[in-house]
Amino acid sequence: MDLKVNDYTTDDGLTVINVEGEIDVYTAPKLREKLIDLVNKGKFHLLVDMEKVEFLDSTGLGVLVGGLKRVRAHDGSLELVCTQERILKIFRITGLTKVFGIHDSIQEAQEKRKGQK
Amino acid sequence: MATVELAFSPLPVHVRTARLIVTAVARRSGVEEALLDEVRLAVGEACSRAVEAHRLHCPDRPVRLELRDDNNRFEVVVNDTASNGKPAGWEETPPAPPAGTPVPGAAADAAVDPDAAPGAAGEVVPGDAVPGDVGPVGDDPDSLGLAVISGLVDDVEIAPTPDGTQIRMGWPVATNGKG
Repeated sequence: MDLKVNDYTTDDGLTVINVEGEIDVYTAPKLREKLIDLVNKGKFHLLVDMEKVEFLDSTGLGVLVGGLKRVRAHDGSLELVCTQERILKIFRITGLTKVFGIHDSIQEAQEKRKGQK
Repeated sequence: MATVELAFSPLPVHVRTARLIVTAVARRSGVEEALLDEVRLAVGEACSRAVEAHRLHCPDRPVRLELRDDNNRFEVVVNDTASNGKPAGWEETPPAPPAGTPVPGAAADAAVDPDAAPGAAGEVVPGDAVPGDVGPVGDDPDSLGLAVISGLVDDVEIAPTPDGTQIRMGWPVATNGKG
């Protein structure tokens, strides 16, 4: 299955990346390229919506961590929207729940972001 | 003899196929539905690791899987032969890929900027196990993929072989699950 990656930027400057499909060793480079492209375009506050991700492995985790490192170098942020237990499980196993802000919805992420400003 | 044997050329695109086949055989063998996600993820990690190792050391050799259904246990064995016949435990700096070579292992990307470590101290974080600027996930036997497998699967053995590494994983089978 192809990985579909689309993005849009909200009025408050948050770039939402919708990811759909399976993120693995074959498809992860597509997501990595998108994250790099956004950072190169000056988008440093990213929210990856993973609600339509059907599979995620350590390669995908590596891409997300790589993206986080890139935006943090610009005082940015990379957070996630994910409520799927099977996806959250791999974040817990690797301890990455403490590294990424993980939200139940895009709206929740936006509200927390407003509260931090 | 294994119930199913699978060999595939070490290309990332085939890892998904391997996951699908193993999951289908696990379901047919009677592994509970609740465990199939675990089977799929663990086998994917093992295959990804083997593919990356083969791509570095022996791209002409296939990655091999054996699936067994014995004694109320479904077993998956993933073998790589990436040591090129060197003794188990050998250490050697792998050849660096040519400049500009795309690296499918995304942990390599995580290692690009070592100045901004995102993880709390002591956590297993992608990229930590990848030395240098470039190197795919499976390059290091202690890489994140193996950590995920170990954290995910209770019944697992990861052992060096004369040819490479063998990952043996097992899951219980419901005795009335076969149909």
